[in-house]
Amino acid sequence: MGPSPATANGHAFGAHEQMPDGTLIDCNINELHYGRFKAVRDVSLKVRKGTITAFIGPSGCGKSTVLRCLNRMNDLVRGFRLRGHVIFRGQDIYASKIDPVAVRRHIGMVFQQPNPFAMSIFRNVAFGLRLNRYKGSTQEKVESALKQAALWDEVKDKLRSSALALSGGQQQRLCIARAVATEPAVLLMDEPCSALDPIATRRIEELMLELKKKYTIAIVTHNLQQAKRLADTTAFLYVDTSAGGRTGYMVEYGPTNEIFDNPREEHTKQYIRGEFS
Amino acid sequence: MERPPNRTAVTSEVDLESLERSLRRPRTLLSFTLSALTGLATFAALFPLFSVLYMLAKQGLAGLSLATLSELPPAAMAPGGGIGNAIVGTFVVVAIASVISVPLGILAAIYIVEFGPETRIAAAVRFAAKVLTGLPSILAGVFAFAVVVATTGEFSAPAGGVALALLMVPTVLLTAEEAIKRVPARMREAAIGMGATPTQVVTQVIVPTGAPAILTGVMLAVARAAGETAPLLFTALFSNYWMSTTHPLFLPKTMSDLMRPTASLAVLIYNFSGSPFDNQIALAWTAALVLVVIVLVFNVIGQSLAGRSSD
Repeated sequence: MGPSPATANGHAFGAHEQMPDGTLIDCNINELHYGRFKAVRDVSLKVRKGTITAFIGPSGCGKSTVLRCLNRMNDLVRGFRLRGHVIFRGQDIYASKIDPVAVRRHIGMVFQQPNPFAMSIFRNVAFGLRLNRYKGSTQEKVESALKQAALWDEVKDKLRSSALALSGGQQQRLCIARAVATEPAVLLMDEPCSALDPIATRRIEELMLELKKKYTIAIVTHNLQQAKRLADTTAFLYVDTSAGGRTGYMVEYGPTNEIFDNPREEHTKQYIRGEFS
Repeated sequence: MERPPNRTAVTSEVDLESLERSLRRPRTLLSFTLSALTGLATFAALFPLFSVLYMLAKQGLAGLSLATLSELPPAAMAPGGGIGNAIVGTFVVVAIASVISVPLGILAAIYIVEFGPETRIAAAVRFAAKVLTGLPSILAGVFAFAVVVATTGEFSAPAGGVALALLMVPTVLLTAEEAIKRVPARMREAAIGMGATPTQVVTQVIVPTGAPAILTGVMLAVARAAGETAPLLFTALFSNYWMSTTHPLFLPKTMSDLMRPTASLAVLIYNFSGSPFDNQIALAWTAALVLVVIVLVFNVIGQSLAGRSSD
């Protein structure tokens, strides 16, 4: 299901497909700095094709930072420096010859706050297609993206009205539709439900399980139950304050049921049991 | 009538009389006085505006007719005549000024917000723009005289346009900067996350989202420029003739139509208001009314766009 040259995704990124074990992104972060501040150290994990990988951990443990490393969104932060590698389809996306813009067209993102553009519903979904100068039928792509995001039935009669008039949950599903319209290889989701009510959250969760059939998903969540319900693999991050700073690091990474039912590390055990947050 | 001596025991026993509004209570009295004062101040501030409008309507409406709007200014003792060429000239000069200042101001604003917000250039540009908003308008005229009139050897519409552009650029730049800054950061982030290049972020998201507010700034700048007299006095000067007699709307058709003294409403008012002839004075009133209406229209368009952008 990797985008062939004929898909909406203009670039042909990476001559190699994924690794034999299904690894699509191999992330190895030794150290990540914002200026002098060391934000994250020692994160090593793999995102496998067709799975959901969850990042859990207390506030400030750097889980969003790690997620944003995967499509170079951190480049926007002044003073950002990374020691390590993020290998996507056999290429280090931090190599100097790589264009971060091209990376982001293959690794899409859904943010914590729904962030539709101040345009019509249709133009929001068509946005990525226009960026890629998609030659096929925009109409069809928009419809199929909205259907994949389980939003079509609610908006099919008002595609020309403003996206900002939708409810929060609908806006977030619109953002998902916008992200999947260009058929990215990976979808990064940064606490996509934290601004939504429980019913809207439920819908997004069902949607993610549906999207998993076609896309690879990495999600940051505060909600342990959500990680448990959705994720195949879970990474637990924690904050190290020993050296006087606040540096996030990865404590444990593995199949979700093992992380929740049989964690190896004491920190993980305590966090899962809710002994601290 | 007596209030409970213990002020902390508010809920113990409520004295109903103490709940009634009474101007004898100092706090109520102060509140009433201050409210009345703000009302008075508002009236005092608006009074001159409305008296000017009343005066203009009273003096100017009498002379307003199709002939006044479409004929050339009368000679000294002659009857009749109109302000047609001054209306056309004002539009031409302001259009030239807009063509120069609007792209310049918007592009500069995009640069200082999107590409170099913390660079020295951005700080210098912002400072210069703020200083320029306070530039006495006659200095803009002096500058345009030196740069355009002195080099081309002609008083002309483009010379007037340059002078007005100098006054418009800071307004356009500063309002466009505000408009661009107000585009929510999360929309910018969404576009970047979609794989938009910096240029695409600006052209596809930032400018369309900020467009109503940017246009508000443009309209306010246009309104200000249309009413300026001093910068035109020795740049566009004045003319008693049409820019072109062959064009149906009397707009200039050739370079030589442009490169000569050009009439404007503001300068016509300035010239005729000091005239000893009643006919010319009456025309000055009518021209003033027309100019105020034009300025008001641009202001209203600007304000209504501003209202829409804040939705």
